[in-house]
Amino acid sequence: MGKKTGAQILIESLLKENVEVVFGLPGGQALPIFDAIHGSELNFILTRHEQAASHMADGYARSTGKPGVCIVTSGPGATNIVTGLATAYMDSAPMVAISGQVATDVIGQDAFQEADTIGITRPVTKHNFLVKDVKDLARIIKEAFYIATTGRPGPVLVDVPVDVQRSVCEFVYPEKVEIRSYKPNYNGHIGQIKKAAEVINRSERPVFYIGTGVVVSNAQDEILELSKKADIPVTNTLLAVGAYPFDSKLSLGMLGMHGTYCANKCIQSADVIIAVGARFDDRCTGKICDFARKAKIIHIDIDPTAISKIVDVDIPVVGDAKTVLKEMLGLVNTKEHKDWIKTVGVWKEEHPLSYDTNDNKLHPQYVIEKISDLTKGEAIITTEVGQHQMWSAQYYKAKYSRLFLSSGGLGTMGFGYPAAIGAKFGNPNKEVIAIAGDGSFQMNMQEMAVAVLNNIDVKVIILNNQYLGNVRQWQEMFYSKRYSHSCLAKRKECPKWCNTPNRAVCPVYIPDFVKWAESYGVLGIRVTDKKDVELALKKMLETKGSVVIDMWVEIEENIFPMIPAGASLDDMIIRMNG
Amino acid sequence: MRHTLSVLVENNSGVLARISALFAARGFNIASLSVNETEEPAISRITIVVKGNESILEQVTKQLNKLVDVIKVTDFKDIGYIERELALIKITAVNKTSRDEIIRVAGVFRARIIDISPDSVIAEISGDESRLSAFMKAILPYGVKETCKTGVSVLCRGNAGKIK
Ligand SMILES: Cc1ncc(C[n+]2csc(CCOP(=O)(O)OP(=O)(O)O)c2C)c(N)n1
Ligand SMILES: [Mg+2]
Repeated sequence: MGKKTGAQILIESLLKENVEVVFGLPGGQALPIFDAIHGSELNFILTRHEQAASHMADGYARSTGKPGVCIVTSGPGATNIVTGLATAYMDSAPMVAISGQVATDVIGQDAFQEADTIGITRPVTKHNFLVKDVKDLARIIKEAFYIATTGRPGPVLVDVPVDVQRSVCEFVYPEKVEIRSYKPNYNGHIGQIKKAAEVINRSERPVFYIGTGVVVSNAQDEILELSKKADIPVTNTLLAVGAYPFDSKLSLGMLGMHGTYCANKCIQSADVIIAVGARFDDRCTGKICDFARKAKIIHIDIDPTAISKIVDVDIPVVGDAKTVLKEMLGLVNTKEHKDWIKTVGVWKEEHPLSYDTNDNKLHPQYVIEKISDLTKGEAIITTEVGQHQMWSAQYYKAKYSRLFLSSGGLGTMGFGYPAAIGAKFGNPNKEVIAIAGDGSFQMNMQEMAVAVLNNIDVKVIILNNQYLGNVRQWQEMFYSKRYSHSCLAKRKECPKWCNTPNRAVCPVYIPDFVKWAESYGVLGIRVTDKKDVELALKKMLETKGSVVIDMWVEIEENIFPMIPAGASLDDMIIRMNG
Repeated sequence: MRHTLSVLVENNSGVLARISALFAARGFNIASLSVNETEEPAISRITIVVKGNESILEQVTKQLNKLVDVIKVTDFKDIGYIERELALIKITAVNKTSRDEIIRVAGVFRARIIDISPDSVIAEISGDESRLSAFMKAILPYGVKETCKTGVSVLCRGNAGKIK
C-alpha cells in the first residue's frame, strides 16, 4: 500500500466516493491539498468566489441527487461558504465541504487566516468534523459522505489543519460505515401507517401536501399512484415543483404565500391533510392557528424533529417517503371523491393564475410561460430570490422533479446562477437556464468566467425590473409606496423620494448586461418588447454556449395571489384592487 | 416544569458545545449540568436540568437525538430514578455559639462539616434537590458566604436507560 500524505488521502478518498467534480478556490492553509489535486485525476473547478463554489456544489447535488463537494481554504475561504452551507442545510441538499485550517499547534492563537470554522458552521451543517490526526482522515471522509447523503440529507463540513494535510500514514479507505449514534430510520412504523390509511379511507376531502422529501426519496411515482387510486388532489411546496404532473386534474400547484387560490382553498377546507416530506414552513402555512382548522393531519417525514414542530400532527409516520408510501399503497382503498374533486375544479376555474394579457406590455410571467413552452418543461431551471422566483414557480411547468432548483428555506439571492453552473456539470446533456432577478444576479455574476472557461453552456435570463422587486412590492403594499433603497437605478442626482419609476426618464441602468456579457465573449441580447421575446428565446436555445438575455419587463408588476406575512391562508389577495 | 435529561454522547471534542447551543438557541437556561466519562471511556454522560415549557422541551429532546454524536437521550419524567447532587457551603461562624448551632442544624440534615476556619465553616451535603434546598434555607440566617454545587447525577432504577 505505502504511506500517503493527508492531502493525498483526502483526494483519493474523494475519488473512492466517485466524486465527479469539485468546486473551490485555493489558499495558504490548503496548499498541500491543491498540490495533491494537481497530480490527481480529480476534476476540480476553480470558481471566482467561494460562496459560488458552495452553491455550485449545491446545484450539482439538487439536480443529480448525488453529494456536491467544495474545497476552500481556512479563514475567509471558510467564512465565504457559510451562506452556501446554510442554504443547503435549510433545503436538505447533500454536500461535503472541505476547509483548510491553520496547523493544530497554533489553533486558538489567532493565527493568520484562522477562523473557528467548526464553531461558525455548527448551526448551519448537519454535522462537522475537525480532523486532528491524519489516521482519522479517511474514516471521517467516509462518514461525512454517509451522513450528508442518508436520512434527511444535508451539508457536512470537514476542517483539515494544514499539518494534518502534510502528515503521512497508511491509506486504507474503509469499506463500511458504522456510527452507533447515527442510524436513520427508513421504515415507517406499520401500526402508524395502518392508522394513516384508515383515516385516508374514511376521508371525504383529503389533500396531499408534498415537499422536498418526495424529491429526495424519489417518491414521485408513489404519490402519483396513491393520489390516483384514492382520488386525492396534490399541492406542492416551492421545492417540490415538478414532483407532481402539472397537467393532472389532481394537481393544485403550489400552496402558501404565493400559491394558487385552489391549493390554499383546498388546504383550508380539507378534512385530512397528508403531508409528505414537507415541514410546514411559515411561507406555506400562513398564520398557524388558522391553518387547516378542519383537518386531521398525517405527517410522513424522515426527520422526527420536523413532526409537531409547528402544527400538532395527529398521525406521525417517521420514515422514508417512498418506503412508507409503498406500504400505504396496499392499505389505501380505491375510491372516488366526486364532490370534492368537483369543488376543486370550481376553485381552479374561479381564480386560475393570471396576469394582464390584454395589453402589449412585457409581463415577466409571459416570459416564463414562453420558456416553459419552448423547453417543454424539460430544462433545468434555477432561480434567484425575489419576484422572478415566484413567477418561475407559478408558470414554469417542470415535467419532473429536480428540474426546478431554488433556495426556498434560506431565500439566498446569489444562489441561482452558480447553482445552474453546478447543475450543468451534473447534467451535461440537459438544457440549463438560470432565471435571474437583476438584483440577485449581481451577487454572483462573476462566475460567468467559470462557465465560459469550462465550456459550460448555461443560459441566463434576467427579468430586469430595475428593482429589488420583491422588496418594492412589499413597500408598495404595506409601506405606502415608500420605495426605500429598492431601486437599482437610483443615482445621487435622483430625488430623495421617488415612487414613480419610468424607464424613459430614470437614469441609465447599470451595468449594461449585454455589454457585460460581451466582455466575457458571450452573446448578450436585450429585449424590451413583448413581440421580441419568443425570437430571443429561440435564438438563445439554438446558440451553443452561454447566452445572457436582459429582459426589460414591467417595472411595477406584482406577484399574485398573495397572503400577507402573518395572515391566514383564508386572507388571499387575488389581485390588487380586487 | 423541571426536567432532568440524561444524554449519552460520543466522547468527542465539541459535543458539549453542540448540546448547549441547542438549548441556547431556544432560550432555555440550563439550571444544572454535569459531564462525565462513563464506564465506557468512549462515551460520556451529560446530565442536564432545565426548566421550561413541555412542548418546547419535547422539540429539544428530538433535536438532541438528531445530533450525530448523541447516542441516547433519557427524560427522567416517567421512570423511577435516583438523583443526587453535592453542595459545599461556606457559612459565617465567628464564635462558638454560632458554630455549635450550625453543627447542630447540619446534623439534622445529615450534612457534614468538613472545614473550620476562624470566621467560617464549610458544610458538605449530598442528596436530591429538595434536601439541598431545605438545608440551604435552614442555614441561610447564619450567613452564607459562598456555595458550590456539582450538578445533578442521575441514574434510573433497574434496567431502563442503559446504553444498549
Ligand atoms: C442575500 C439576500 N439579501 C437580501 C434578501 C432580501 N430580498 C429578498 S427578494 C429581494 C429582491 C431581489 O431582487 P431581484 O433579484 O431583482 O428580484 P426581483 O424581486 O426584482 O424579481 C431581496 C433584497 C435576500 N433574499 N437574500
Ligand atoms: Mg429585480
